[in-house]
Amino acid sequence: MTAHTLTPESHFIDREPYYETVGDEIAIFEAAYRNRLPVLLKGPTGCGKTRFMEHMAWRLKRPLITVSCHDDLTASDLVGRYLVKGGETVWVDGPLTRAVRCGGICYLDEIVEARKDTMVVIHPLADDRRELPMEKLGQLLQAPEEFCLAISYNPGYQSVLKDLKQSTRQRFVALEFDYPAAELERRIVANESGVDAAMAEKLVKFAQMTRNLKGSGLEEGASTRLLVHAGKLIASSVDPVVACRSAVAQAVTDDADMLAAIQELSSSLF
Amino acid sequence: MVRQQLTHGEIEPLLDTWLETEFTFHAVGPLAHALSGLAREEQDFVLDWIKRIANTHITLAVHFAKRAPDLLRRLDRRAIEAWAVHLCDTYDRAGIYAALSVAEQAGSYAHTGQDHTESALFDDIAGVLGNFVHGLSGRRLRVEQGEAAHTDGEKIVLPAMVSRFPGRDDNFRLAKAMVALLWAQTRYGTLRADLATACAGFAQPDHALRQLNALETLRLTARIGRELPGLHRDIRRLMDALGESLPTAWQPFAERLAAPDAGIEDSLALLDAAYPLPDFPAWCHQGELRPDAVTAARAARLDKEKARLRIKLAQLLEEHARAQASREPATPDPRDIEVTPRDENGALDFELTLDGAPLAPPDDVRQLLTSVYLDFGEIPPEYLVPAGDGEYDLKAVFDQPEDPDAVWQGTYHEKGAELYPEWDHGRQHYRKNWCTMREKAVTPVYDDFVRDTLAKHAGVVRHLRRRFEALRDENRFEKRQTQGDEIDLDALVEALADAHDGREMSDRLFVRLHRAERNIAVAFLVDMSGSTKGWINDAEREALILLCEALELLGDRYAIYGFSGTTRKRCELFRIKTFDDAYDDEVRARIAGIRPQEYTRMGFALRHMTRLLNAVEAKTRVLVTLSDGRPDDYFDVYRGEYGVEDTRMALLEAARTGIHPFCITLDREARDYLPHMYGAARFIIIDDVRQLPLKVTDIYRRLTT
Repeated sequence: MTAHTLTPESHFIDREPYYETVGDEIAIFEAAYRNRLPVLLKGPTGCGKTRFMEHMAWRLKRPLITVSCHDDLTASDLVGRYLVKGGETVWVDGPLTRAVRCGGICYLDEIVEARKDTMVVIHPLADDRRELPMEKLGQLLQAPEEFCLAISYNPGYQSVLKDLKQSTRQRFVALEFDYPAAELERRIVANESGVDAAMAEKLVKFAQMTRNLKGSGLEEGASTRLLVHAGKLIASSVDPVVACRSAVAQAVTDDADMLAAIQELSSSLF
Repeated sequence: MVRQQLTHGEIEPLLDTWLETEFTFHAVGPLAHALSGLAREEQDFVLDWIKRIANTHITLAVHFAKRAPDLLRRLDRRAIEAWAVHLCDTYDRAGIYAALSVAEQAGSYAHTGQDHTESALFDDIAGVLGNFVHGLSGRRLRVEQGEAAHTDGEKIVLPAMVSRFPGRDDNFRLAKAMVALLWAQTRYGTLRADLATACAGFAQPDHALRQLNALETLRLTARIGRELPGLHRDIRRLMDALGESLPTAWQPFAERLAAPDAGIEDSLALLDAAYPLPDFPAWCHQGELRPDAVTAARAARLDKEKARLRIKLAQLLEEHARAQASREPATPDPRDIEVTPRDENGALDFELTLDGAPLAPPDDVRQLLTSVYLDFGEIPPEYLVPAGDGEYDLKAVFDQPEDPDAVWQGTYHEKGAELYPEWDHGRQHYRKNWCTMREKAVTPVYDDFVRDTLAKHAGVVRHLRRRFEALRDENRFEKRQTQGDEIDLDALVEALADAHDGREMSDRLFVRLHRAERNIAVAFLVDMSGSTKGWINDAEREALILLCEALELLGDRYAIYGFSGTTRKRCELFRIKTFDDAYDDEVRARIAGIRPQEYTRMGFALRHMTRLLNAVEAKTRVLVTLSDGRPDDYFDVYRGEYGVEDTRMALLEAARTGIHPFCITLDREARDYLPHMYGAARFIIIDDVRQLPLKVTDIYRRLTT
């Protein structure tokens, strides 16, 4: 068994990633790409944003470079920095720079987690200039036509401290994602996890119950991703109630009362 | 060591004292005799509770003592405790007659044939079942405690305990099944029909209502079987264990009502046939039907929700029009709104279309639609006409905060207030919803107080500024780090020279930006009782001004509240500065306007501040109280031990949620009780009132560094 090592530039997606179209999001993304407009994906966690990006990277045949943003991410982490090698300083490109150089798709996941001063470095890339200033090198990198910038965020976490600045968000074409409609979600769960249609229907119903709990002490209901996890466990002959506890209930909350309530919901259903 | 059983002769004097037989003439002899037969450990348990209940009301304690030996045989200890607390709560809430009727029902309360039942107690299961019922679709129902299981369409009432089965798990399953059936009544149309009228035509309306309840139980249990098969299996198992089954005469009804499209109409149609039968033997998970409660709740709800929905739709349209104004020319009014309910696969959702184009309804609109749909089985067209300007009085439609002073003049002085529990140390339990608390604003006083204070303490202010500025953390570059954004060239040159000399090369070659994150929220709670009049009040106000000046430098989030009150019915918390207020002229004027009020009831204030503090996002939360002495209230038990114990408990509660409580007190006389009262908090005694303004700020500095 060996794990594959890929450089970001060679991260082409060869096999079509499974994706169910919800509306006209593919057409919009392609149009934005042709017009060299950056794209913003909004939506709750696990509703298919990342899968959509993989699908688009496959469609457009460009390498996909994903950066998961966190609150310690600095501009240097994106653009690049000098390192010391054998007594000399060497410039090393960051992931954003590499994506620009190779004309790939750079996907900044959960952009609001990054600090505000970090977000600003993408501004010149995200308007019609499409250039990346590299101050420390004294260079300006002009993005090729193929380059595409996409960011995602989850408006559900409504902390005042973590909101996207107007100057950032008003540069993007926005695509809104939500959990798919019941019929579609059933198909996705069945397709991804391999459970039968009846079980997929019950899982979707269960997800709906947890989504009803949003506002009663649960931050987010179960995402489609969690349903797929639960479905996979069930397909490997784990008992459905146990699968829902491990794959869904424990994943959405730590609160003992809430866990018990979700447990009661799933044991009522299966 | 096994302790000796107490004898009749030993128990009687104890009861004599606690039950004050000298004045009340309760016959304690038979009680003592019954108790002397118990094991010592059981005696201790019962005697402890008799003493605790006697603290609340002696007659209740007598009733408890009478029933205790029998209950001990049938129930576990926790259930008996819950029953004792339920007795006291009922007395607190509704008086002695209500409490005595609870006592009378002890037999049915512990509804069990077996010995040593482990009951499911309401307090233990309410949280889980509350969330459980929110997870099911439909209106958001509350779960509350009452005497018998029923629902009025907005809340589900459960008894204080469920104890039909020996094991706690089974009792919980049963409570869950009861909740589910009551939920099904609101969700699947039972409450939509006019139940009272339907039964009124019969010679015995009560009997008719019971038969109708039975028919609905059959219909809804079948429905649960389709929607929640796992729960249905549990119900069958519980019924089998109790030997419950479907009487033969009811079989045809059950078959008919099990049809997927069966509704309340079918049950009503079958009522004529079911009426002559003898009473249906109630199933274990079956609650009661209470048409009065349903009608009352529905009457209060209908008009309000209609108004709310129409106003919300008008707002929705307005927002929609604004968003579109830039793109298209305005469409002429009125717009055509249509709502299609989608009630399938157990979920309830609504499609809202505006002139044929879909519009996503926000959560509050969706909840209103759900509620209206459950009342009518559809959305009546008149509910979808957006409200015109000024058509409704917004104040009447949406709940308004009450004006605290106006409320106090009327009889409904609990309306709109927040209720807090209080610790009764005699009972060793909380008194539920005991304090009626309201927030009030301090009237700002624009006088020379602030200017004078700053002038008087000019030297201190300067000194404080310097000390606090030194505390302030700032963003700065840290050199010689192992990781960082940039290379520390000085370090690199040194390291290369070292390497050249054959010495070890340092790996600390980077510069890193250190970011200051002082993340503290602090709430100050100031004593505004009558006893602070004069010196102390002045010193408190001066202290607050200096404190604010210093805190503004640090950028910590802070709030200032004052507390006072007269009796538990009128607990008042005075807003001086909330966490969101800026330190401006008005806040300064409010500090100047702090005036001594009434008494020192502290527990409710600490509990409310704990809640406010926990709502603020911060790494460290500090609660500083400033008071002049021991808790006290007007003609009330709060004076003395009771108040000390309640304050201690409130501080413990605060500490338990991760808040750091700190108390500053000016009480010079009675230091003996302080360590006990402030058990969970750190505290300091200031002897000289004039020192207060200087000390408070300094204490804060030491507390937060």
